[in-house]
Amino acid sequence: MNLTVNGVEREVESAPLTPLLFVLRDELEIESPKAGCQQGGCGACTVLVDGEPRRSCLTPVVTVEGSQITTVEGLGSAESLAPLQEAFTHHYAAQCGFCTTGMIVAAHAYIEHGGGEDREQIQHALGGHVCRCTGYVKIVDAIAAVARGDSFDLTLTAPSHDMTNVGGAK
Amino acid sequence: MTAAPEVLLPASADEAVSLFGDGTSVTVVGGGTIVMPEITYGRLTPTKALLLHRAGLDGVSRSGSTVTVGATTTVAALVGEAAPLGPCAANVADLEIRAQGTVGGNLCAGEGPEAPRGDLQGALLALGATVRSAGAGGITTEPLEEFLPKRSSRLVLDVSFEEPAAGAFAALDRPHAHTYTALAVSAVRTKEGAVRLAATGVGWWGTRLPSAEALAGDHEAAGKAALNDVNLHDDALASAWYRERTLPVLVRRALAQLEEAS
Repeated sequence: MNLTVNGVEREVESAPLTPLLFVLRDELEIESPKAGCQQGGCGACTVLVDGEPRRSCLTPVVTVEGSQITTVEGLGSAESLAPLQEAFTHHYAAQCGFCTTGMIVAAHAYIEHGGGEDREQIQHALGGHVCRCTGYVKIVDAIAAVARGDSFDLTLTAPSHDMTNVGGAK
Repeated sequence: MTAAPEVLLPASADEAVSLFGDGTSVTVVGGGTIVMPEITYGRLTPTKALLLHRAGLDGVSRSGSTVTVGATTTVAALVGEAAPLGPCAANVADLEIRAQGTVGGNLCAGEGPEAPRGDLQGALLALGATVRSAGAGGITTEPLEEFLPKRSSRLVLDVSFEEPAAGAFAALDRPHAHTYTALAVSAVRTKEGAVRLAATGVGWWGTRLPSAEALAGDHEAAGKAALNDVNLHDDALASAWYRERTLPVLVRRALAQLEEAS
């Protein structure tokens, strides 16, 4: 079976019913989607399937053959952060980082679909994502900032050292 | 993980019906929102898994005043429908799960480990929906009420209903998007003027409320009468005590909404 992940076609050998989450993490070693509750209730495993946020833990891999799968690695890199990654850094929206990648890909879809800075709409769009650090205010701040088109000078806010971990812990 | 199940990938509705056969040893996977966690946590080890994503069973179609909803239509696709179906669909989980979970799965959902599932059952019962399904004895069409007790052995193909004159939906609030609704009431006024009421959260699947329907003109009396139609239980979401006190309230609210909408 072939999967297209972050624009790259990959061959996978996992059984067809394996959740996409485990194929990404265990077989393809793409570890930004997190194995949280593994029953659709936390949002940490969310990836984009053809641009739409999907729970990778609930998605049999065979059902996304031929689809474009995007994880946070496909949105930006350590050298060139995506606007949402910059905003999460600028607004200190990532604490432990476990929910961050799911939040970012869901927020990416929200903004791509024309979502604005209205806090209630952002909360509605991200309503399935749980942050156990309870950093919701800053997460919504960050998403609203990108929806508004803010730009960020990270030399003022980000730690000057290692930026490679922005967008989620391994 | 145990031996990988045999995976069946029908490319048409006919093929899905034939692969399902009489349903013996077949686990149907629609959107996966219920089945996949069962597999991940080892509560379910399918021998054969029938995946419906290419079976062409999705979509809402209209013919005159009849609405037909394909089995793999997502819950999200129903959010724009008139009450009670639209508001009921909007009250299911969060928008990402709604975009994945299907109508067929919602109708066939077995009871969860903590609470009943299948919120759409209430709205579709109030709409007087009929279900077309496959399994032993071939393809049958029957009222949803008759279908629900046998849902675990059938493959849903589609569900149909007549557009009502008016509809209403009243539910207890959920503490979080991922909590099932403890109690909800759907109400419909048909084009012929009859009132139909149904509830979810009052048993292990959706239940019509005929005693309340008979008294629909008197909201207070209808609310009380609804208690005659249900067999309330305790679960992780609410106690029978609490349900007994809130069911009459929701019936009154749904009937008031219905009156406003008529």
